[in-house]
Amino acid sequence: MGRPRVVILRAAGTNCDRETAFAFEEVGAKTDSVHINQLVRGEKELNNYQILAIPGGFTYGDDIASGKLLANELRYKLEDEVKRFISSGKLIIGICNGFQVLVKAGLLPNLNSGFQIEATLTLNNSARFEDRWVYLKRMHSRCIWTKDLPDDIIYLPVAHGEGRFIARDETLLRLLDSEGLIAFKYSDKEGNSAGYPANPNGSIEDIAGICDQTGRIFGLMPHPERHIHYTQHPRWTRLRSFCDSENIGFGGQASLRGLRNLKEGDGLAIFRNGVIYAKKML
Amino acid sequence: MIWRVEVKNKPGIFDAAGEGIKKDILDLNIKQVEEVGVIDIYNIEGKITASEIRRICEELLTDPITQEYRYDGSFETKGRGDVHALEVCYKPGVMDPVEDSTKKGIRDLGIPGVNSIKTARKYLIKGGIAQEQVNYIGDKLLYNKVIQHISDAKKEAADLKIEKGEVAPYKFRLINVDMLEMDDKALLALSAKGQLFLNLNEMRTIRDYFKKLGKPPTDCELETIAQTWSEHCKHKTFRGAVEYKEIKKTGPSTRIYNNLLKETIMKVTRELKKSWCVSVFKDNSGVIKFNPKFNVCFKVETHNHPSALEPYGGAGTGTGGVIRDPLGTGRGARPILNTDVFCFGPPDYPHEKLPKGVLHPKRIMKGVVAGVRDYGNRMGIPTANGAVLFDERYIGNPLVFCGNVGLIPKDRSTKKVESGDLVLLVGGRTGRDGIHGATFSSGELTAESETRSGSAVQIGNPITEKKVTDTLLKARDRNLFDAITDCGGGGLSSAVGEMGEETGVRVYLEKIPLKYKGLTYTEIWISEAQERMLLAVDKSKIDAILEVFRKEDVEATVIGEFTKTKRLELFYNRKKVCDLDMRFLHNGLPKIKRTALWEPPDLKEPQIQAEKQSTLPLMKILSSLNVASKEWIIRQYDHEVQGASALKPLVGAENDGPSDACIVKPILDSKKAVIVSNGINPMYGLIDPYWMAASAIDEALRQIIAVGGSLKEVALLDNFCWGNTDKPDRLGGLVRAAQGCYDVAKAYGVPFISGKDSLNNEYTVDGKSIAIPGTLLISAMAVMDDVSKAVSMDLKKPGDLIFAVGATYNEMGGSHYYHINGEVGKNVPKVNAKSGKAVMRKLSKAVNRGLVSACHDCSEGGIAVACAEMAFAGGLGMEMRVDKVPYKGHKRNDILLFSESNTRFIVEVPRKLKKKFRKAMKGAPIGLIGEVTKEERFRVTGIDGKSAVIDAGLKELKDAWQRPFKGF
Repeated sequence: MGRPRVVILRAAGTNCDRETAFAFEEVGAKTDSVHINQLVRGEKELNNYQILAIPGGFTYGDDIASGKLLANELRYKLEDEVKRFISSGKLIIGICNGFQVLVKAGLLPNLNSGFQIEATLTLNNSARFEDRWVYLKRMHSRCIWTKDLPDDIIYLPVAHGEGRFIARDETLLRLLDSEGLIAFKYSDKEGNSAGYPANPNGSIEDIAGICDQTGRIFGLMPHPERHIHYTQHPRWTRLRSFCDSENIGFGGQASLRGLRNLKEGDGLAIFRNGVIYAKKML
Repeated sequence: MIWRVEVKNKPGIFDAAGEGIKKDILDLNIKQVEEVGVIDIYNIEGKITASEIRRICEELLTDPITQEYRYDGSFETKGRGDVHALEVCYKPGVMDPVEDSTKKGIRDLGIPGVNSIKTARKYLIKGGIAQEQVNYIGDKLLYNKVIQHISDAKKEAADLKIEKGEVAPYKFRLINVDMLEMDDKALLALSAKGQLFLNLNEMRTIRDYFKKLGKPPTDCELETIAQTWSEHCKHKTFRGAVEYKEIKKTGPSTRIYNNLLKETIMKVTRELKKSWCVSVFKDNSGVIKFNPKFNVCFKVETHNHPSALEPYGGAGTGTGGVIRDPLGTGRGARPILNTDVFCFGPPDYPHEKLPKGVLHPKRIMKGVVAGVRDYGNRMGIPTANGAVLFDERYIGNPLVFCGNVGLIPKDRSTKKVESGDLVLLVGGRTGRDGIHGATFSSGELTAESETRSGSAVQIGNPITEKKVTDTLLKARDRNLFDAITDCGGGGLSSAVGEMGEETGVRVYLEKIPLKYKGLTYTEIWISEAQERMLLAVDKSKIDAILEVFRKEDVEATVIGEFTKTKRLELFYNRKKVCDLDMRFLHNGLPKIKRTALWEPPDLKEPQIQAEKQSTLPLMKILSSLNVASKEWIIRQYDHEVQGASALKPLVGAENDGPSDACIVKPILDSKKAVIVSNGINPMYGLIDPYWMAASAIDEALRQIIAVGGSLKEVALLDNFCWGNTDKPDRLGGLVRAAQGCYDVAKAYGVPFISGKDSLNNEYTVDGKSIAIPGTLLISAMAVMDDVSKAVSMDLKKPGDLIFAVGATYNEMGGSHYYHINGEVGKNVPKVNAKSGKAVMRKLSKAVNRGLVSACHDCSEGGIAVACAEMAFAGGLGMEMRVDKVPYKGHKRNDILLFSESNTRFIVEVPRKLKKKFRKAMKGAPIGLIGEVTKEERFRVTGIDGKSAVIDAGLKELKDAWQRPFKGF
């Protein structure tokens, strides 16, 4: 098929839609920014797309709880469309607020396939919003979005106030692990669990991103769309002097992890994985 | 009926919010509190059945994983030891931010019967404390009596009724103000009673005007004139005439300004005639060229008074307000960056010393930061630049500067209202928010309400503004309107009055959507309710534009039309309530003339014993509040949303060094970028406001140069915050600062494109009026062609060389070195813009040629602080010798290390590029002062060439710098 079509879902308070669309376009997708009202009112069809992306932001101001209101819209107003979308083998990614939406809509992790709410993302242990860069350790998971990455540890920013992942109970947490649904864990740059601030919110088991059993539905708190170009890396200006100015190439230094070459940031591969999958499978 | 729902965390779930409050209570020196629990309360009124309320609780209000709920009573608090409950809710009429979303959420569940919702929060404080201490905690931390009150179920139910207008419905009655025969005393009384803030001359002018017309003004006409002629809208002082007298050693000299603004700030721009200035001093923000398709615009405003009374709401609405400036520029700019600068009292100020009625500086600071954070973050605009300063004189009068940069298509950068266009009001509903002096019409409230200005009583709703922004930009791109402006100070009266100035305009006040019933026509007209924009729309496009707003649930209402009459005509249900000639409204203001006096303060240079060791003073300066790391604040701001951030506020090996300026690259597939910086130093103003202004400009410019920018296309904004300029000495300082702005900006070749002033920043303690130090913020915006040329301030590589660029003088006046010694001094840093410009040009070229791997400007704390910051930010050591610093005059180690002379940089140059760098800087004062080392120490050799005057580990230095705001 040609360029996969991505619907970038917007609602009141969505604010990472432009850069998320840009990231998908960079890896060859065609994006369409669609307001939730357009889907609810039937002006646009979810079915016309291969990928649903729910970007970051503060939908409905995070009122009541982050992601809750948009999650309920998906649950109560678009239930059939969303279920059909998933059962036809299509892809969903939720970033930051989008992840909160997916979890609170019961779409993630959805272990019992009944779209029940099995986990949550709640107020950071620091009780406030924080913007910082984190190392993410890729886990052995079913997630198709993390299949091909530049490294097993990548570097992305988080920016949220409610990102502490909590599972319903211990059993569910074990299942997430044994079923290969944990896609990313927060870590230090060597991949070890390191507490705050490496784990910026106090997530249980350092969980930063999970997928469902199909591996096609994926949510994560960090922002891959904010690291697709080298100038977004917080230390790109350090690169120049570590290398020959005539031959600016790979960084190599541990403190520069994630800055692999002067074109692409670590986050772009995630979008590429989704788009390649969509091209092949759909 | 009313259902009262309580929601709280399940036992065993960590309550982060409660834990945070517990820490704040500890800060108040109350140590017995063991635990704080938080319960969210929703009072839901309407036709809701028990099974429906259960569904609402389970499926909407409660997180099934972490929370539990009650709707048939309160959670048990008794029997758990000493638990004190304190319930807080918004007063009626204050926007409850969660109400709308909750209503929507309930509708989405398919439950239609809800009329109104009022939320509240209950705090459960456990520990052996007395009720007085509970009250104290509430007063200091948990609520603000300007907008909230301690509440209970009964009170909240009553509030719901008030909000629905059941208590005081409005009956129309036209009010004429019988002022035609008033004498001076009565006129002044009228001005004071009506909170018109008009002086006698202005009141006389109004009286005489209406006398000639042979009819008294309506209340609405008088209010409109007062709003339009206010200092806020007309900048009477700055645009007025000033007789300025200066006392010098050689005797007094006098100068007359007919229009201070035009003859100083605006004169720079007029004389420089930069072709890249697109729109200056006219629109809601200043506009300059960016690339062939886009322009950028920039505006900085203050929201001082509201932030003093209600820090969270004041700072939030300040942010929301300044975002609407670029949005209301031309036919709408997309906001791409926020910048915020604050001046507070010291956060460790003793509670018992606080003047009555003043909030504690720490609370103000936390509230302001949270307000800016929540508004900016929710709007999805990166807050990537700022500064925070502390001084005891800001205790009663904190300063909150909020700035916003917007990106606007070239062909949308202008606006023109056409006669026949419809007046379209878009966004939030109108309520009693911000009506001066008016308090909510409820007996209960009047009894306990503040007599202060009601404009404090505002809480913003960033999501409303976000929706308005998203849809407006869509309408702009489809060319669906002719003009746009924001509703800010003065509300509709200012916005409509300004927009219709050239044509005339007619507005039907009953059409304006209200939050609740009961507003009079005048209240509707002057309400400063937030998140509203005003558009002029051609009739043929009205259906299309309404459709754009409707699609995304944004309220938009036609409220009138632009005419050809050049009159401002207002109707309420077909009754005319205002009919004013636009010429009188906009040009009838009598010119004021003020006198200003500047006399240099009697200051001396202190005699500070030269110390052998400067490590301790360096540590002290690093730990001083103005210099110390603001990471605690910066991390709370989303400084990377929109994906445009190219140089972040925190840089270096561990992402925690202080960047000089921020760079954003707003078009994701382009290398073109915008640099934003700020210069401010009120300490210099204590010695001479002229040099304070000069230094602020120099600082803003050198920060731009330090990150890789150039002077080629830099635009400045001025923001003057001053005391009461009716007093000649206060005004004298202001005039002197304005002169400094003219001389230095002109010499550097950088025009002003917009500005703002906030005067009367004084407060009274024991009958004595205390003014803030005259504070000038200079904000700079530069266009950068290639972002890949940017440099950061952190040291990069062992073996690299360190150069000092720019000459150091004995200019310790107002320095941090004197500050930590309790002195002010006299030798204020001066600016030689002619040589400064040459230095900046050369350095800018060197950076662009890739000769520089790190660059940091020298400001507070001088060379020593700049070098130390570069070292610990890069995680690399530095060996330095002060005798190589370019210097004029008698050498002393402490002067060389800590003097704050302008136009200086510390530059890291790769060893092999030394010659090229020297050549590039030829003619500029530079000195090779040291090199980068692997060893994690900062070591400085004194002027004798042998003794170590500073020797400290990087960790110690960094700890000193980070300590003050750690764990805030």
